Amino acid sequence: MSINSTPAGADVAAEGTDTRSGGHAAVPAQRDNRRGRAPLSENKRAERRLGWLLCAPAAFVMLAVTAYPILYSVWLSLQRYDLRFPAEREFIGLQNYATVLTNEFWWTAFGVTMLITVVTVAVELVLGMGLALIMHRTLVGRGIVRTSALIPYGIVTVVAAFSWRYAWTPGTGYLANLFSDGAPLTERASSLAIIMLAEIWKTTPFMALLLMAGLALVPEDLLKAASTDGATAWQRFTKVMLPVMKPAILVALLFRTLDAFRVFDNIYVLTSGANETSSVSMIAYNNLIRGLNLGIGSTMSVLIFITVAIIAFVFVKLFGTAAPGSDDGERR
Amino acid sequence: MADTTTRAKVRWGLLDVAVVVFALTPVLWIMSLSFKTPATLTDGKFIPREWTLENYRTIFATDQFVRALVNSIGIALIATTIAVVLGAMAAYAISRLDFPGKRLLIGVSLLIAMFPQVSLVSPLFEIERQLGLFDTWPGLILPYITFALPLAIYTLSAFFKQIPWDLEKAAKMDGATQGQAFRRVIAPLAAPGLFTTAILVFIFCWNDFLFAISLTSTERSRTVPVALSFFTGASQFEDPTGAICAAAVVITVPIILFVLFFQRRIVSGLTSGAVKG
Repeated sequence: MSINSTPAGADVAAEGTDTRSGGHAAVPAQRDNRRGRAPLSENKRAERRLGWLLCAPAAFVMLAVTAYPILYSVWLSLQRYDLRFPAEREFIGLQNYATVLTNEFWWTAFGVTMLITVVTVAVELVLGMGLALIMHRTLVGRGIVRTSALIPYGIVTVVAAFSWRYAWTPGTGYLANLFSDGAPLTERASSLAIIMLAEIWKTTPFMALLLMAGLALVPEDLLKAASTDGATAWQRFTKVMLPVMKPAILVALLFRTLDAFRVFDNIYVLTSGANETSSVSMIAYNNLIRGLNLGIGSTMSVLIFITVAIIAFVFVKLFGTAAPGSDDGERR
Repeated sequence: MADTTTRAKVRWGLLDVAVVVFALTPVLWIMSLSFKTPATLTDGKFIPREWTLENYRTIFATDQFVRALVNSIGIALIATTIAVVLGAMAAYAISRLDFPGKRLLIGVSLLIAMFPQVSLVSPLFEIERQLGLFDTWPGLILPYITFALPLAIYTLSAFFKQIPWDLEKAAKMDGATQGQAFRRVIAPLAAPGLFTTAILVFIFCWNDFLFAISLTSTERSRTVPVALSFFTGASQFEDPTGAICAAAVVITVPIILFVLFFQRRIVSGLTSGAVKG
C-alpha cells in the first residue's frame, strides 16, 4: 500500500475527489520512477502482470454482476415490458419514469424510506456511540459485552424480524400484551415504529464496531492530559474524542445511511408493506415479482440507484470526507 | 480510591447488563416460542410453561425445511470459498504489489459495497431467466460472491498488511518466485485472516433475503430465510408459528457458535476491514 502513496495521490484524496482519478494521477509518477531505475524494469513488469492477474477475477466478477445489469436495467426501464403481456413489449422512452414519478405510492414509499433512514441512523449513531464506549472502556466483562453485541449483527434479519413480529402479535407476544390493547402491526404509525426498532436493534452493533475502530485511534495520553487540565468527561468526549473520531464517524454514517436506505427484510416480514409501510425496495420488489412488470420494476431500480449515488455524493462533497476513504484514510 | 473503582465497576457492570439484555431478548424470545407447545403458544409468557421439542421434529420431518437448509449451507459455503479465494488474490496484489489500476479496483469495490442491491434484482431476474440460471444455486452464488468481495478484499488487505513481509523477501532470495513465496510463506501466515474473512462472508451469505426471494421460485434453490417466509399458510392445517420459530432457531445456532468462539476475530476483522483497511 505504502508504495502508492505518492504526493499526487494524497492530494487528490484530500480534495475529496473519487478514488478513480487518484489512480490515474498516480500512474505518471510511477512511470517516471521506473525510468530512473532501468534495471528493475523486468521485475517491475512481472510485478504488474502478477498484480493484474491476481485482481482480474475479482474485478471481472464484480463488474459482470453489477455494471452490466445496471446498464441492462436502464435499457429495460425504457421499454413497456410486462411479463404477463410479453407481446406488448416496445420502446417507450421515458414514459415509465413519468409513470413512476407521478405515482403517489412511489412517493409514499420514498417518504417512508427516507423517514426510516433518517430516524434509524440518528438513533443508531447515539446508541452506537454509547455501545462503542462501553465495549471499548468497560472495566468488567468486556468479552461478554462484545459477544452479545455481535449477536444482533450476525443473526439472520428475517429471524429477528419474526421475533419482533411475534413479540408484537396480540395474544402471543410479551410486548403486545404489555403496551397496548390493539394490534400494533395493523396501524401505520406503530408499524413504522416497530420496523425502526427492529432495524435499530439489528444494526446498532455494526455502527458501534465502526465507531470503536475510531475510538481506538484516540490517544490515551491526550485524554489523560485533558483530564489533568480539569476537563469534565463530557468535555473530553466532545473536545478530544469526537474530533479525532470524525473520519470514522462519517464513514460509519455513510455506510449505515446507504444500508438503511435498502431496508427490505424487516418490512417484508413485519408488515409486507401493508398500511403504506412499503419502502422503495419493497415496492420495486412487488412490481417485479408480484406484478411481473419488468419495465416499471427496472425504472424503480434505476431511480433507487440514482438516489443512492446522490446520497453518497452529498456525503463525500458536503462533509469533505475522503469518505470512501475507508481505504484512503490510512494511506495518507 | 478503592471505593471509586468499585463504584465505577458497578456502574460499568450495570451498563453491561443493559447491553446484554437488549441484545439477547429477541433471540431468547424466539427460542422460547420454539419450545412452547401449541396450547401455550399464545399465552404471551416470555418463558414457556410447558416445554416440547415437537416443533423441531415437525420441521425436520418436512422436505420444505430440510431442502432449504441444504440449499442454504451449500450456497453459503460455495460462495464463501470462491469469494475468499478471489478476495485473497486481489488483496494480496493490493497490499503488496505496485501496478496501475490498483486505486480503480479499490474504488470499484467500494462502490459495490454501497450499491443498492434492489437495483440489481430486476435486471438479474431477466438476465438469469435468459441464461437458465434463475432458480439455481449458481444464480444465487454469483450475486453473493459479488457483494461479498468488497468485504473480503478490505478485511484481507488489512490482515495482509500485518504480515511480516521480510519473510517473503527471504524466500525470494532463496530462489522462490513471487507465486511460490505467496503459497509457501505468506498463505500459512495469512490463514487466521482468511478464516476470519470466511466467517464474515459466510454470515453475509447466510443472511441474505432479497436475492434469495427474488431469484428463486421453488424448493430447488430456496434458502432457509425465504422458506421461513413461505411457511406461513403453506404449512398444512396448523398455525406455523412454532415451526417458523424452530426453523429460525436452527439457522441462528451457527451464528451464535461463530460469535461465541470467534468473538475476538470477528471484532478485529470488522473494525480493521471497515475503517482502516
